[in-house]
Amino acid sequence: MQEKAIVDLIDGMAAELKTRLQQNHITDPVMIGIHTGGVWVAKQLHQTLDISEELGTLNISFYRDDFSRIGLNPQVDPSNIPFEVENRHLILVDDVLQTGRTIRAAMNEIFDFGRPASIMLATLIEKDGRELPIVADVVGMKPTLKEGDYISLTGPSPLTLVFGKPSKDSEAQ
Amino acid sequence: MMKGNRQTNSKGQLKHFLSIDGLKRDLLVEILNNAESFTSLARQGRSVKKVPLLRGKTITNLFFESSTRTRTTFELAAKRLSADVLNLNISTSATSKGESLLDTLHNLEAMHCDMFVVRHASSGAAHFIAKHCAPHISVINAGDGSHSHPTQAMLDMLTIRQHKGDFTPLRVAIVGDILHSRVARSQVLALNTLGVSEVRVIAPRTLLPFDARALGVHVYHDLIEGISDVDVVIMLRLQKERMSGALLPTEAEYFKLYGLTEEKLKHAKEDVIVMHPGPINRGVEMDSAVADGKHSVILEQVSNGIAVRMAIMSMCLGTHQDADMEDTV
Repeated sequence: MQEKAIVDLIDGMAAELKTRLQQNHITDPVMIGIHTGGVWVAKQLHQTLDISEELGTLNISFYRDDFSRIGLNPQVDPSNIPFEVENRHLILVDDVLQTGRTIRAAMNEIFDFGRPASIMLATLIEKDGRELPIVADVVGMKPTLKEGDYISLTGPSPLTLVFGKPSKDSEAQ
Repeated sequence: MMKGNRQTNSKGQLKHFLSIDGLKRDLLVEILNNAESFTSLARQGRSVKKVPLLRGKTITNLFFESSTRTRTTFELAAKRLSADVLNLNISTSATSKGESLLDTLHNLEAMHCDMFVVRHASSGAAHFIAKHCAPHISVINAGDGSHSHPTQAMLDMLTIRQHKGDFTPLRVAIVGDILHSRVARSQVLALNTLGVSEVRVIAPRTLLPFDARALGVHVYHDLIEGISDVDVVIMLRLQKERMSGALLPTEAEYFKLYGLTEEKLKHAKEDVIVMHPGPINRGVEMDSAVADGKHSVILEQVSNGIAVRMAIMSMCLGTHQDADMEDTV
């Protein structure tokens, strides 16, 4: 899938987020993207929604539950939350939601920065295979995939969605 | 069984951290990169400074020799990783009641410890413990005799990299008591592995090992000559507690010849950084004006010590267990 189609998906997500925010009477949300793909999606959402405060980014390596198997990944940029989390309404953004473990780790890390008033989850792609009770509030698309097929976002420019057969490198979390 | 280097498993991942000797450049760079991401934790404005990486692990500080800074930073590093920490002051514990070192170790193993951080006055103590402890335990050398102090060397490398970026063009001078310094030995190995352009050691003949040149360094006996045009000056502490015999005339005489003053420092590069592993003997190894001056990065070394130890602890405990289980298949 090419950039234009992905940009349209993200625009659709922005519109839905806007409605959700209005319904919940949230006027000053802040946004956090999860490294690496989530940050790419979040950058565009952040711009479209015209959020005043700088985008936050999260590197969840230190919070993963499979750390003892895969170790650290120093290649990923560190977390950067340039605002107070305490009592804020957060929009958490990732590229692919599957097992839910990444989101679990991200929420744990967010709470180490402070206690947010609420967290909304937006994801570009939703896949089957949840292992934790986590549901996205806003989803870009939910493609029909066969068991074991993978999908991943490459970027940052251009953003491309790659569909493929099972591979060893497919999304672990 | 592990093959080759006792410090790494069959996949080349860190299991023990005993010495810089035998570790490849890639692994040292990986330690520095991981440490760099841990330094960012302190800057993030988090209300909780800990991360849960080593939650549920137990780390025992086995200090057979006293140390405040090293033990404290190891303890803090372990706690920032959410590990439980046991501090064993050996001089007041069972060994003084006649228990052998191995019996003490086996008792700690029976308490399900995952890592020993060892400091000992005898060279090779950490290697000995790594050799004899249960296979699931990782050992980190926090200084053994005059042999090695690899975590100190790595925190120095991190500090140098933060200021200078690339190692390859650098000239580094190490000044002082090379003979007794485990820090110097580890620094020289790390600097050469990371590929600096030149390592110099500057010391009176009585404070140099016989085979100093075999370390891969240029030897100088004159401070001004030795620090000319260097990018980094590392001052070592005069180890009074390890001196036997009259190696030096007086401290005042030593300061006159080898003490770093602002005047002498002018011979180094303009953007030189001055380092010291601490604790400083002010007025012996260096003037207070230098220790507190604009070239000094001594306090940054202390902060980096926590990040480097977090990186090494999490690398040792994070990956080796599965790999070694595969080894036995």
